[in-house]
Amino acid sequence: MAYILPLLKGLRLTLRRFFSRPITIQYPEQKKPMPPRWRGMHYFDKDEKGETTCVACGLCVAICPSRCISLEIGERKDGTRYPLRYEIDSLRCIFCGYCQEACPVNAIRLGEGYEYVHFHREDFILDKAGLLAMYAPKQRNTSEAKK
Amino acid sequence: METLFYIIVAAVKNILVISLLLLFVAYMTLVERKVLGRVQVRFGPNRVGPFGLLQPIADGIKSFTKEDLVPAEADKPVFIIAPAICIFTALCMFAVVPFGPSITFLGRQIKLVVADIDIGLLYVFAMATVGEYGIVLGGWSSGNKYGVLGSLRAAAQMISYEVSLGLIVIGTLILAGSLRLTDIVEAQRNVWYICYQPFAFILYLIAGLAEINRTPFDMPEAESELACGFNIEYSSIKFALFFMAEYAHMITVAGVATTLFLGGWLGPGPSFLGPIWFLIKVFAILFFFVWERGTFPRMRYDHIMKFGWKILFPLALANVVVTAFVVALWR
Repeated sequence: MAYILPLLKGLRLTLRRFFSRPITIQYPEQKKPMPPRWRGMHYFDKDEKGETTCVACGLCVAICPSRCISLEIGERKDGTRYPLRYEIDSLRCIFCGYCQEACPVNAIRLGEGYEYVHFHREDFILDKAGLLAMYAPKQRNTSEAKK
Repeated sequence: METLFYIIVAAVKNILVISLLLLFVAYMTLVERKVLGRVQVRFGPNRVGPFGLLQPIADGIKSFTKEDLVPAEADKPVFIIAPAICIFTALCMFAVVPFGPSITFLGRQIKLVVADIDIGLLYVFAMATVGEYGIVLGGWSSGNKYGVLGSLRAAAQMISYEVSLGLIVIGTLILAGSLRLTDIVEAQRNVWYICYQPFAFILYLIAGLAEINRTPFDMPEAESELACGFNIEYSSIKFALFFMAEYAHMITVAGVATTLFLGGWLGPGPSFLGPIWFLIKVFAILFFFVWERGTFPRMRYDHIMKFGWKILFPLALANVVVTAFVVALWR
């Protein structure tokens, strides 16, 4: 009896599991909400004109441990600086989030996007337009706004 | 005219049973994966077609189009014939299992069983044993150490458990007084034999699991230690044949268990519901087979041998003796 009882208990457990709801998340249709501090794909914060708020100080370039950010500095007529060219090689990026920490104007941010699959290597390089385009669907902003 | 009718009926029954059996084999793989998935709190296959219903077809196409490989070390003729033996015997075995009562069609009696032979049960055991040859030869001819180990285990397990299996069914034979499976079912018209022989039923399920090399007795193909065992060198449709043979064998074991202990096609309602009752009972047993696979871990090899000879065999023998005594005193 001491041998048989555990077997029956096991059968009872698996039967109960059989009638319980599966906990699988059906990935492409169903997506798991990302935690608020998740470090996903980068994006640029926008100002009122829809331009980047980046002042091209170069701190993110300096701090980036994998050196995936390249920056060309431009200067407007009124003397303010802006990024002429700003590129992040997302294949080199390790998503440490230091650029976000270093940025004095909170222009570069790490969003919630984790689906970056492309056919070509060049598509992995995020330029200024790409970083601005990534801005829209971030739930992260809403969760920050709640606070 | 009578001969022609006989031939046509036999052919129709053959084709019907084989095709239905293959269909059930295909969908049994899906049922198994689904049930195992639910036991493990996940969905199982649900991508191919609605609820994954086309999964068996996708699997079939996949296994047909894979590269058919014969290893250089293999004994080629034996290597090729081994899966054929397996699937042939597994499909043949079902021939004697009755799935319904006699029906009247065009003024003639038709028995819903492919071959209603006198020694039906012996035939089942004979075929099951021959089927094990497929496994033994398959592993042996692969020229692979794991394959040989798997075959050796299959051979040892077959010998130890078939003895018990034979003894277990003797109880029902004593009660029914016939080896013909239709007679055994008819003898259960009042009381199913599971009421007279509950222990034998449980022992039959255990020994049957060992016979079809299923968890917890899947020693010949223990993935974790033998890396698939006897079918390690098989690919493409040959592997699929082994797989199908295993499932066909499983369905047959469930069918024989239904016939011997659960009253076969018998059930309330008119007689044409017989096949449906039979299917319900068979699927209940098949569900148990999948359910226990999701529950029990694989037994260790020496434990299997010990269990087979020291526990199952004496219990089966005791069952025979007690049944014989009771029947002798009763009559």
